[in-house]
Amino acid sequence: MLMDRQRVRDRENQCIQEQPPTCTATCPIHVDARGMIDSIRKQDFSAAFAIFNRFVPYPRIISRICDHPCQGECRRNEVGGTIQINALERAAVDYSTKRAGGVTFSSRKSQRIAVVGSGLSSLTVAYDLASKGFQVVLFEAADRLAGHLRELGEDRLPQQAIDDDLAVLKDLSIEVRLNARVGEGAGAAASLSALTEEFDAVYLGVGPDGAAAFAHELALNEDGRIAIDSLTFATSNPKVFAGGSQRYAPAAFSPITSMYDGRYAVLSIERLFQKASLSANREQQGAYQTKLFTSLKGIAPAGAILMAAPEQGYSREEAIAEAERCIHCECLECVKVCEYLAAYKSYPKRYIRDLYNNYSIVLGMHLANKLLNSCAMCGLCGTVCPEKLDMGDYIREVRQATVEINKMPPSVHAFALRDMEFSTGEQFTLARHQPGHDASSYVFYPGCQLSASSPGQVFQIYGHLQQKLEGGVGLMLGCCGAPADWSGRENLFKETIAAVQKQWQGLGSPRVITACSSCYRAFKNFSPAMPIESLWTVLDQVGLPASATPRAARTVAIHDACATRHDNGVQDSVRHLLEKLGVQVAELEDNRSLTTCCGYGGLMSFGNAEVAQKVIDRRIHESEADYLTYCAMCRDNFAGKGKRSYHLLDLICGSGEDDPARKGPGYSQRHENRAKLKTRLLREVWGENVADEKEPFELIITPEVAQLMEKRMIMVEDMRKVIAHAESTDEKILDTTTGRFLAAFRPVSVTYWVEYSVEGTKIVAYDVYSHRMEVS
Amino acid sequence: MAQKVIEPETRKLVCNKCQQEMAMAEVSATYLGANFEIELMKCPSCGLVYVPDSLATGKMEQLELSLEDK
Repeated sequence: MLMDRQRVRDRENQCIQEQPPTCTATCPIHVDARGMIDSIRKQDFSAAFAIFNRFVPYPRIISRICDHPCQGECRRNEVGGTIQINALERAAVDYSTKRAGGVTFSSRKSQRIAVVGSGLSSLTVAYDLASKGFQVVLFEAADRLAGHLRELGEDRLPQQAIDDDLAVLKDLSIEVRLNARVGEGAGAAASLSALTEEFDAVYLGVGPDGAAAFAHELALNEDGRIAIDSLTFATSNPKVFAGGSQRYAPAAFSPITSMYDGRYAVLSIERLFQKASLSANREQQGAYQTKLFTSLKGIAPAGAILMAAPEQGYSREEAIAEAERCIHCECLECVKVCEYLAAYKSYPKRYIRDLYNNYSIVLGMHLANKLLNSCAMCGLCGTVCPEKLDMGDYIREVRQATVEINKMPPSVHAFALRDMEFSTGEQFTLARHQPGHDASSYVFYPGCQLSASSPGQVFQIYGHLQQKLEGGVGLMLGCCGAPADWSGRENLFKETIAAVQKQWQGLGSPRVITACSSCYRAFKNFSPAMPIESLWTVLDQVGLPASATPRAARTVAIHDACATRHDNGVQDSVRHLLEKLGVQVAELEDNRSLTTCCGYGGLMSFGNAEVAQKVIDRRIHESEADYLTYCAMCRDNFAGKGKRSYHLLDLICGSGEDDPARKGPGYSQRHENRAKLKTRLLREVWGENVADEKEPFELIITPEVAQLMEKRMIMVEDMRKVIAHAESTDEKILDTTTGRFLAAFRPVSVTYWVEYSVEGTKIVAYDVYSHRMEVS
Repeated sequence: MAQKVIEPETRKLVCNKCQQEMAMAEVSATYLGANFEIELMKCPSCGLVYVPDSLATGKMEQLELSLEDK
């Protein structure tokens, strides 16, 4: 299915990493306190000041008198005490070496605005409008600006700080008229109606008691103050806006609220000029509840840094120490637990966009193909995400859409799909009733990977199920189609599942017992008509085979299978079986629903071997204990990296295929094991006469060549095809220096090369490689 | 003009079928609709081409991967 833009956007919005921290969301003007504190932590006070000043036009004033609602919501409060944000703002101001604020000038606009009063709301209106290019005239009744602020006392707010901040008015060419009272009667410089005539808009910041002068021209509220819309700051006169303590009195003076009123009154004034709706899209104006989730797990409690000289504020060192206490609120819950999400140094919101862009690009390189094909689709991110955003689901959609538009890189999944083709082909598939039965109550579906890793155990456990269960236990060999699902081959996956369903129906639709968690999940999600049970649940009910004698094994740590992370019943059964086996269990911290992928899921090892390696490394180092898995690929992947790992059947069957240090079979051996399992079952269970397939020549493969075959993903059958072709057609090259032959063959879309010699009746291989490019 | 992508061959390679010594020649390499002219060892008689391991698992593989991302 092609991708739907809106669905992509919805998913992007589901990721909350870019939601603001509580300090910013609680601040009425949304100061980036986290960013400012980050800069202080890096000892860059000038950068901290620049961030603060970007939001706050009067930084010296606010850094000393802000009523800091941000601190009340600080998450640090839950682990030691709130961050002293306001004191850090002051430190940013005090220790910045750059004094100039970030005044920017926009193109000059024609509208003129009268600002009445010079409290914080008026000063903010004047600053914001002037920096947007509007012409501002500020009317102050007294002979100096910011009279109220000047009365707060030198200790709390020095006159010098006010003067330094107000210097910006001149920089912005704001015309200041002192001794210019606006109102009625003698001595007034102008009436409100005169201002509305002369100016395009008027802002009134007249303090808590300043309404009387405008009582005849503006509607008042029941408290006798100007009636002001708390969202838009509009008054009864469409050209007049008002705010500050005139609006929020009798509540106490709140510097940050006054600043907020001024800032958002400016938004309304601009909308008035643009003839736009004053009230639309203002949901996130002022303080709001952020959706950001921040885990406090692992954060050591630490109380606020005390000031040696409180009247001076924090020293540089104290400020840095206080900044270090900031936990830098962010979510990243998924990134913390996933090597894949961590590898690309960002987070789902960005990845979702990058992947969509990668999909939509028409000309140019698809730079995010690797990002697309590295995910294990294991569901862990969706499990830990506070919003339940599952990247695996999205990755599946993008992979399917990419395949559909023929832009999936052909080489990424080719090998895995060929392996699947083998497992759905004649050499492996089988569907039979139990011998002597013409119906099946159950059918055992061991899956392709267990059959490849431990064919003897499949044989043994099938025998046990036949003994224990009534009504006939059929057997089905094949592949559930998981590789097709993972690789985005939607149609192939549907066909594969449909073929399995047909075989199952042919057996009379019995209950299906799967030994593989991926098969379990695939059938459960995509073939709901099939009643599925896990082999572990069945064994827990019917009992273990006699071979499963309790043994004094070392303590094992259970690595739960990611495909059944949400199936508690399966997980419980595994634990019951271990208890019956007398095996001591040490739980990993990330177990059950929090388990990780083993590096195979989503075909990640084919898409990005490096990240798959990191996934395995991280998992196998979580415990010193031997691991116990119940998925063949998990065991082989861990053991392949040197981690002693049992498959649960190793302990149940005790059949010699149970050394936890054993490496899993290579790719070619896996095919052979599957084919041989089928042959053995046909011969020994159904008593059929199956002829051995004789290879036409003996091929000697040295350990070095075997290693190359694994690394380069070349099967022995491909090598045999090359040699057979070369020997029958004589199309081969003689290297006269070594006496060896060099030959190639291209069965479909890959050319395989083998360097070999003929030693009597035997062929010895020395090198093997392949390429997809066609050369002629 | 064909690119030289491999070191000059020091081994003496003989096409077994034609019993002709192979020599460097211009050959065509194609993948996903892209075409390249390169110099490789080729039988002057039947045109059999030799792609060495170092090329297949080196530059050729890199080129294949980058064409797949186009």
